Amino acid sequence: MTPLIFLLLAVAGGVGAAVRFLVDGLIRARLKTAFPWATTIINASGSLVLGFLTGLTLVHLLPSDLSVIIGTGFLGGYTTFSTASYETVQLIKQGRHGAAFTSGVVMLVLCVALAALGLWWGSSV
Amino acid sequence: MSPGIRPPHLRWAPIALVAVGGAFGAAGREGLSLAIPNLGQLPIAIPVVNIIGAFLLGYLYEAVTRIDPAKPTGKNLKLLLGTGFCGGFTTYSSLATDTAVLFRDGLPWPAILYALGTVVVGAVATWAGILLASSINARMTARTGPQPAEPASTHATEQGAGS
Repeated sequence: MTPLIFLLLAVAGGVGAAVRFLVDGLIRARLKTAFPWATTIINASGSLVLGFLTGLTLVHLLPSDLSVIIGTGFLGGYTTFSTASYETVQLIKQGRHGAAFTSGVVMLVLCVALAALGLWWGSSV
Repeated sequence: MSPGIRPPHLRWAPIALVAVGGAFGAAGREGLSLAIPNLGQLPIAIPVVNIIGAFLLGYLYEAVTRIDPAKPTGKNLKLLLGTGFCGGFTTYSSLATDTAVLFRDGLPWPAILYALGTVVVGAVATWAGILLASSINARMTARTGPQPAEPASTHATEQGAGS
């Protein structure tokens, strides 16, 4: 990896984090529930798109440098594991075990399924 | 519209804090990814990054409760280091995609172990971060004497530990 690609990846990560902050705020302003829908929607959408980009890269429709900047940089910054984990732990602490299971395990299954769908879709374009 | 009226996600200063933290987080993640080789077919760097980031976020969110809530410092640290750095450092899309690739390659059990293991160990790490920060908070409160803040807070935060 060249220093330029690394720098672009970092900048894309910053943009991704800012977009997550914006999307999170917009969703929270509309959905006032205790369940962390915002993080779920962010991670699910990011997983679908990364699966798709990875599929495109596998069939050489997307240059790997661009895939790294958008995938590892932007989508890596956009999606988040730490917030998802923190929200799950908060739900466990509140005794909301069903919601914690959904936030922890159901989100995981959903994101993997969407990434698999994206992967299949991208590699069959 | 005056900037004070807008919520944080629509103001430039908080967005900039998140973006700067996120850029450093993504750079740190890629740095570790380049340094940590795959374990066979398992991309082990991403779970390592995610678990470290989960611990750091738990620690941070608990540690900032010591800062006077009337000052903007706590909120700004959460944006820069939490939403920004930890959010940009950790990633869910790579976890999901790497798991999907393992399934596609006919490795369902490593895929399940990889994904579920990250989520379970990540939650334990978050919890450990919260507990560590809350015990440091309690020790610092004891050393500096009772703060003007709520005296029952250390008990309240430690209740989660026993449950």
